[in-house]
Amino acid sequence: MDQAQPTPARHNRLIGKLLLMVAGAFVFAFALVPLYDVLCAATGFNGKTAGPGVIRDGFGIGGLQTAAAPASKVDTGRTVRVEFTGTVMPGLPWDMRPLTISLDIHPGEMQQVSYLVRNTSNRTIVGQAVPSVTPGQAAQHFEKIECFCFSQQTLGPGEAREMPLAFIVKPEVDRSIRHITLSYAFFSVDGQRQTLTSSREAQ
Amino acid sequence: MSTATTHAAEHPAEHYPGGLMRWLTTTNHKDIGTMYLTFSLIMFFVGGLMILAVRAELFQPGLQLMQPEFFNQLIGVHALVMIFAALMPAATGFANWMLPLMIGAPDMALPRLNNWGFWLLPPAAILLTLPFTLALFGIGDGAIATGWTFYAPLSVQGGMGVDFAILAVHILGISSIMGSINIIVTIFNMRAPGMTMMKLPLFAWGWLITAFLLIATLPVLAGAVTMLLTDRHFGTHFFDAAGGGDPILFQHLFWFFGHPEVYILLLPVWGLMPHVLSTFSRKPAYGYKAQVYSFIAIGLLSVMVWAHHFFTAGMPVPALIYFMFSTMAISLPLAVLFFCWIATMWKGAMTFETPMLFAVGFIVLFGIAGLTGLILADVAADAQYHHSYFVVAHFHYALFAGGIMGVMTGVYYWLPKWTGHMYSEKLGKLHFWLTVISFNLTFLPQFFLGLAGMPRRIPDYALQFAEFNAISTLGAFILGLSQLLFAWNIWCCVRGGQKVDNQVWEGAEGLEWELSSPPPHHSWEIQPVIK
Repeated sequence: MDQAQPTPARHNRLIGKLLLMVAGAFVFAFALVPLYDVLCAATGFNGKTAGPGVIRDGFGIGGLQTAAAPASKVDTGRTVRVEFTGTVMPGLPWDMRPLTISLDIHPGEMQQVSYLVRNTSNRTIVGQAVPSVTPGQAAQHFEKIECFCFSQQTLGPGEAREMPLAFIVKPEVDRSIRHITLSYAFFSVDGQRQTLTSSREAQ
Repeated sequence: MSTATTHAAEHPAEHYPGGLMRWLTTTNHKDIGTMYLTFSLIMFFVGGLMILAVRAELFQPGLQLMQPEFFNQLIGVHALVMIFAALMPAATGFANWMLPLMIGAPDMALPRLNNWGFWLLPPAAILLTLPFTLALFGIGDGAIATGWTFYAPLSVQGGMGVDFAILAVHILGISSIMGSINIIVTIFNMRAPGMTMMKLPLFAWGWLITAFLLIATLPVLAGAVTMLLTDRHFGTHFFDAAGGGDPILFQHLFWFFGHPEVYILLLPVWGLMPHVLSTFSRKPAYGYKAQVYSFIAIGLLSVMVWAHHFFTAGMPVPALIYFMFSTMAISLPLAVLFFCWIATMWKGAMTFETPMLFAVGFIVLFGIAGLTGLILADVAADAQYHHSYFVVAHFHYALFAGGIMGVMTGVYYWLPKWTGHMYSEKLGKLHFWLTVISFNLTFLPQFFLGLAGMPRRIPDYALQFAEFNAISTLGAFILGLSQLLFAWNIWCCVRGGQKVDNQVWEGAEGLEWELSSPPPHHSWEIQPVIK
C-alpha cells in the first residue's frame, strides 16, 4: 500500500470546497453592508433616524402639507429635552450653529427650529447635512417632517441662511429617555475629500 | 538551516539547487517551516524595536524623542508586524515542521502552494515598513497612523501609509488562506492509516480549528479593507457618512475578523500545551476529548462576540447584553482547557526543563489575561476600562504571555528535534526567568495606569502616571534585551551542540519522536500504521 503518493483528485475536491468557503466569506463581508443598514433602520441602532423610505405611519415624504395631521396624541404628562448641535466637516468652508440650543417638548408635539448656516468663502458651494440622534434607542421615534438635510443645500459666496427643521418626538419613545441630542454633520458635496496633510505641510 | 543541508547530503539521489535558489524553490515542509520560523524571529525583533522606541518616548511625560504622528505610526505598525508577521508565521512554521511528522505524512499536501504562501510574506513585510523609509526621503508622510485597527473615517482620510498597509494586509491574508487550505487538506487527507480524527494529536486539532477560523474570517477583513480602499480612491461611501455610509460599520466588519483572530493566534499554542505538559509530567494528556470539544466550542463562539470591542460606540441595550453574555460564555470552554492542563500535571513526575517552565509560566500569566478579559467583557465596567492602558495590559498578557511565550515553549520543545542538538539549558532557564520577570514589570503597572485613567495610543500623559510609566519602560527594555539570549541560544543550537536521540525528552510520546533527530529530509515515505 503506497500512501506516500498524493491523490490529487481527493485533494482537489477538498480544495474546491475550501475555496468556496473563502469566496462565501468575502461575499458575506459585502452582504453585511445592506444587512447592517436594514438592522439600523429597524432598531434605530447607531442614531439613524427613520428616513423617508421607512416611514410606516402615514406621514408623507418631506413637506409639511402631507404631514399636517400628526396621527399620534400629545403626551403632556412628561417632557423631553431636545438639544441641537452641528459640525462642519473638513473641506467645507462653512459655519453652522443652531438658533435654538435646546427645547423642552412634550412627546407628540410638532416643533420647529432652525440652524444658521453661512458660507465663509467667496465661491458657491453645495453641501449636504447628515443627521444623527443620540441615544440610539430614541432615533426610531424621532421623526423629521421638514429638514434641510432632505436635500443638498447651495450657498453663494458669503451667503447666510436660516435652515428650518420641523420634527416630532413620537409618544412611543421610552419613558426612560429624558434627553435627546440631534446632531448634524455638514459635508461638502462637490469638493474633493479632504485628506489629512502631513504635519510638515500643515505647519 | 545547516541541519537541512546535511540531510540533503545524506540523500545522494536527490538534486537540490544550491544557495539561495534552494530556499526560493524548496517544496520541502521542513525547509519551509524553517523559513517561516526564521522570518517570524526577524520580524519579532523588528516589531520589538518599534515598541521600544514607543516605550522610550513614554519613559517621561512630555514629548522628548518624536512627534505624535510618528508615535502613532509606530504603535500601529508594531501591532500589525507582531500579529501578522511574527505570531502567525511562527504558528504556520510549527504546523509545517510538525504536522507531517505528527500525523505520519510524507510532506504537506500542497507543497508548491506552501512555497508560494511563504514567499508572499517578505514582500508584505516590506510593504508594511517601506513608508517609514520613504518618509526619510521626503516621499509621503510615513506609515499607517491609525493604529492597527484601520478605523474609519481616520483611515479614509489618512496618508499613503494606509494604502501600503491595506495592500500588505491583502497579501498577508492571501498567504494565510493558502497556508490554511494546505493544513486542512493535509490533516483530512494525509493522516497515517488508522489515525482517526479522535486519535489526531491535539496540536493538529488546534491548528485545524485555527485554519477554519482563518478561512471564515480573513476574507471579511479583506472585504473591509477593500471597501476602505475604494472609499479612499474610487468614490464609494461605505464608511463615509456624507454619502450615506457609516463608520461604525467598519468596526463591525473589522472585529468580525478581529476577535476570531485572537483565537487564531492562540489555538495552535493551546494545541501544543498538552504535548509539553504531558511530556514533562510523564503522564498522558488529561481529557483529550474535552479539549477537542473545547477547541470547537471556542472556535464557534469566537465569531459571535465581536462587538465587545466597541461597547462604547453606542448600541441598544439588548445588543450590549447579548455581546456581554456571549463573551463571558467563552470563559467556560477556556476554563475546561485550564482544568485539563492542570490535571495533566497533577501527581505527575514533573521536571522543569525550559519548555516546561515556559508552559507553566504560560498557564499562570494567560490565566491573568483570561480573568482581566472577564472584567472587560462586563458592559458596565467596560465604560471605565475602554481604550485605557488596562486593555493594553490585558491583551499583552493574552498575546505575549499567551501567544509568544507559547511559541517559545514550542521552540524549546522541538528545537532539539529539528536540529539534532540540545540547546543550552542554562541559557534557556535564564531567558525564561528574565522574560517572566521583565514581562510582569512591563505590563503589570499598565493595569494600574488603565485603572487610574491613562488612555492608550497617547504619546504624552499627565504627571501622576509618570512612575508607573517609568517602571513599565524599564521592564520593556529588559524584556527586549532578554530576547537576544533566545536568538543566541537558537543560533548556537543550530550550529552544533550535544547530540540528542530520537525521543529527545524522556516522557515524549507520539510519531514525531520515533523519527531520528533531526528527521530525514523525506520522512514517513512509508506511512506508519496506527493501531
